Amino acid sequence: MNFNATLIGQMITFGLLVLFTMKYVWPPIMQAMQDRQKRIADGLASAERGVREQELAKAKAAQMLKEAKQHAAEIVAQAHKRANEIIEQSKQDARVEGDRQLLAAKAEIEQEVNRAREQLRNQVVSLAVAGASKVLKREIDEAANAAMLDDLVAQL
Amino acid sequence: MSESGHSATGYIVHHLTNLKIGEGFWTLHIDTLFFSISLGALFLWLFMKAAKSATSDVPGPLQNFCEIMVDFVDTQVKDSFHGRNPVIAPLALTIFVWVFLWNAMDLVPVDLLPAIANLLGIHYLRTVPSTDLNSTFGMSISVLLLVYYYSLKVKGPGHFAMEVLTHPFGKWFMPFNLLLRIVEDLAKPISLGLRLFGNLYAGELIFILIALLPWWIQFTLGWPWAVFHILVITLQAFIFMVLTIVYLSMAHEDH
Repeated sequence: MNFNATLIGQMITFGLLVLFTMKYVWPPIMQAMQDRQKRIADGLASAERGVREQELAKAKAAQMLKEAKQHAAEIVAQAHKRANEIIEQSKQDARVEGDRQLLAAKAEIEQEVNRAREQLRNQVVSLAVAGASKVLKREIDEAANAAMLDDLVAQL
Repeated sequence: MSESGHSATGYIVHHLTNLKIGEGFWTLHIDTLFFSISLGALFLWLFMKAAKSATSDVPGPLQNFCEIMVDFVDTQVKDSFHGRNPVIAPLALTIFVWVFLWNAMDLVPVDLLPAIANLLGIHYLRTVPSTDLNSTFGMSISVLLLVYYYSLKVKGPGHFAMEVLTHPFGKWFMPFNLLLRIVEDLAKPISLGLRLFGNLYAGELIFILIALLPWWIQFTLGWPWAVFHILVITLQAFIFMVLTIVYLSMAHEDH
């Protein structure tokens, strides 16, 4: 139970063990643990960020949906308005066209009437001439009377 | 299990005799050195294997175990040591695991390894390094040397001398302060070394005494004592480590 050189041997062994532990055991294990700690912290942080981003995206989507609905409603309203306008426009057009055709028809009728009247007049003249020529029958100079008759026709 | 022809006393003395070579001071306890170096190698092999393949990914069982030990020691160091010193934590880990392995040899049946050695022609063998004063004092004296080294390094020789001479009673009690300091610094390695030695020596002795009982009754005492010893083994390793950290942290602090 006495002290001897074993003590020195044990001290040397102890020193070597501590040295090796310091150099080869402690730093890599510590490093791995710290790295893992950092990775876990990063992972948690990014998960939180993801949740926040998702909430943000949800809000944005809702906003966009609302805007789209509003836009659609506007478009529908505009379309209604435009349809009414078109109907009004075509009513107007129809009315104008009807009036124009009416006028044209009236003008044609008048023209027809005038033409008929002219024809009638000419027929009356020739009838009068025929009648006169029958009355006077003889020795009447047709050429001399033609001028007088034309004058008469113009006065009709 | 005692061999025929040996008395109980002879059996006990035989079990407490080291395998040694050399004379006088230059005697070497081959068994103590062999087992402590083997256990140290086991510790280094295990932890270096884990350290070499240490990843920040999902750790394997070995890395997990080593990380638990490292984290445990690191927590202890951070709790009581507030300076910055890259030696303290690895030192504490080495002490804890090494002393634990020393002590764990106590749980190997007392006659198993000596009987095997006997077959190989080795007639004396003590398997628990911490029941050899040379082991425990080798370690506690190393710790004391480290305490002095860091005291001188951190505080400087002048400041350290001042502290030795004027603490705790002021400069008018210089010789008394010095005497007190010498006693204090002697008490550190002696208490460290003797505490570990005493606990494990007593434990070993009781295992030897239990081994003297008839074989069919041994387990009634041997089993509870072994279970209790699991606590002692861990506790003594832990105490040695914590006190080392405390002494070293005192060396770093100004009073």
